[in-house]
Amino acid sequence: MTAHPTVAARHPRGRARRTVSSLATAAVLVASAALTGCAEQRDDDVYTVLNSSTDETYHRWDAEAMARCGKQLGVTVEQQSVPASQVMTKALRMASSKSLPDVVQFDASEMPVFAEAGGLVDLRTLGLSTDHVPDGIVDFGSYRGTYYGAARSVNTLALFYNKDVLAEAGVRTPATWDELREAARELTHGKRYGLALSAGGAEDGVFQFTPFMWSNGGDERELDSPEVVEALDFWKALLKDGSLSRSTVNWTQADVNDQFMAGNAAMMINGPWQVETLNSDPSLNWGIAEIPVPEAGADSVAPLGGAVLTVPRTGDDERQRTAGRIVACLTSEKEQLTYALNSWMVPADERAAARWRARVPELDALADQVAAARSRTAQLGAGWPAVSLALQSAFQSALTGQSSEAALKRAQQRATSGN
Amino acid sequence: MTTSTVTAPPSAAAGKPAAPDPARARRRRRLAQWGFVAPAVVFMLLFFGYPLVRNVVMSFQHYTPKTFFTGEAPFNGVDNWSSVFRDALFGKALWHTLVFTAGSLLGQFCIGLALAVFFNRRFPLGGVLRSLILLPWLVPMVVSGIVWRRILDQDTGVLNAFLDTLGLGGGTPWLTSPGMALLSVILVNIWIGIPFNMVILYGGLQEIPKELYEAASLDGASAWRAFRSVTLPMLKPVITVVLVLGFMSTVKILDLILALTDGGPADATQTLGTLTYQNSFVELDFGAGAVVGNVLILISAVFAVFYLRANRTEGK
Repeated sequence: MTAHPTVAARHPRGRARRTVSSLATAAVLVASAALTGCAEQRDDDVYTVLNSSTDETYHRWDAEAMARCGKQLGVTVEQQSVPASQVMTKALRMASSKSLPDVVQFDASEMPVFAEAGGLVDLRTLGLSTDHVPDGIVDFGSYRGTYYGAARSVNTLALFYNKDVLAEAGVRTPATWDELREAARELTHGKRYGLALSAGGAEDGVFQFTPFMWSNGGDERELDSPEVVEALDFWKALLKDGSLSRSTVNWTQADVNDQFMAGNAAMMINGPWQVETLNSDPSLNWGIAEIPVPEAGADSVAPLGGAVLTVPRTGDDERQRTAGRIVACLTSEKEQLTYALNSWMVPADERAAARWRARVPELDALADQVAAARSRTAQLGAGWPAVSLALQSAFQSALTGQSSEAALKRAQQRATSGN
Repeated sequence: MTTSTVTAPPSAAAGKPAAPDPARARRRRRLAQWGFVAPAVVFMLLFFGYPLVRNVVMSFQHYTPKTFFTGEAPFNGVDNWSSVFRDALFGKALWHTLVFTAGSLLGQFCIGLALAVFFNRRFPLGGVLRSLILLPWLVPMVVSGIVWRRILDQDTGVLNAFLDTLGLGGGTPWLTSPGMALLSVILVNIWIGIPFNMVILYGGLQEIPKELYEAASLDGASAWRAFRSVTLPMLKPVITVVLVLGFMSTVKILDLILALTDGGPADATQTLGTLTYQNSFVELDFGAGAVVGNVLILISAVFAVFYLRANRTEGK
């Protein structure tokens, strides 16, 4: 422009027009970039799995399994991993921009929300069989009777204990609440607490409370029932004895494991996903047992945890069928066993579980616990998150001073009012 | 550019009157001016206007996970608003937000100002110390949250161990007692906010001419009197900026509280920020989340108006 000042000055309108047209070009560029971002180009042979395997080990195990299955089916399977708490929101966003991945691995407690929104394909219509999957685990992956999610492995909670500390104190592994209370009291010594558990304000705490609530006959549909109050009173009693740290209301399950490994707790309630970390300390001599029950002979009902592989509705039948085959391969007996041996979780498939038991007899208690375990969302489905939030607030109130009864009454009101 | 120069026929220029119509020229200039403003306006509308309007509309809709598939979000009047306002947790969260904001601002500002005044004089190692105090500012909010959670742990935390050795009683339930947790969270946020306050106020102090203090001391003013009658009035514009910006960043607090207490124990540290998060991303009730978000925007907007007012009067 500076090279031809006279011409430019003679054509002011031309200059304005050029400004406008360059703006328009920029706008078109931005808009087209945005559009291509939305309407994702699907590559015919590349399939994506959205999961929460952000840990290096899990990411690697999954990548290996997907490579094997991809090879078998003649396609490329890629994984996209986001933190567990973001899987749902990410999947929802992808749904609104019509760019859903071919397979999504949801936490089983979140799957009903997505299923209810109409976002999942019935796996049976894709030819997945549930012949060798126990009923409890079929229910775990089902919503309103439809089988939407295939589990590779399941997990649950168990009582982990430090064998050396128990032997030194001459304490037997507790099996009932009374024994647990007594053992925890005897094992509490100096800076060491008898028991550690998570009562934090998130799903972790609720997950840990359910075995106490359920084994006592309580139910998430009636939070203020005497059975639930009694279960919460038991937690309060442990705290009052000094067997539980007061920090328990601020701990996640990972914190609980840290405390146990640091020798600050003789026993803990936790899950098999901690085993890898526990084994990183060879001097730690730990064992596991079923979670103690209110009365001798009662069933120990623990929560089923774990993720399920689902096929979201992408609208492309052919791709959905292939996605179903990918899920079938990832949940095959062989892949389940590999995954379970890596991750210390229990295979969902009966045959794989039997072989797994033979390979890791030390985790027998866990396998027994899984057999009787219950899904958190079986009763409430998509209504679970609201009840979970109400329950968190209730046991935190009770553990910090309020009466269990009043706290749970308030929780029940909050859960039913929908707030 | 070159093509237009070449294609522009010289005869056309010659054919035009020598002096162009002034009204027309002005119109063209205006058009060109608007052309330069337009990108900024488009940017603002796209990235600020749209989300804002969207959020307001969403608060009147029944917006659920299903909406992401069907795109349908039926309007439900003031249902979301009334259910949020009827929820006891909202009142609690609002109160906590106010206490948190007021407490944080007061602490950050007073300590920040004291440190700024302290570092305003020259002394050995003053510069080094000043940059050390900046450290909390460099640490991401989530990281400081996690570190402080360990420090404040009732049994294994460093702070209680330290208090214990001083004989001040070790077992303070910093984050585990509903009565204490909000205070602890405020204290951590004060720690985080001090550098910002100090740096801005220090900058303001450097601007005050030294002659004013000389004149004050000639008039026999004590140090306190000089602070009150010279420093504070001269610092007023900077103070407004610090307080308003501090308010805006404090009132919407989320990450720090999630890392420290997750809103607990027993909802003792729920603020409007955590409530929005919980409504939208845990319960997936996006309408209710939008309501709380709008309340936050409204509160911030009120203070933004104060801020603009204050700035305008300064300008005059």
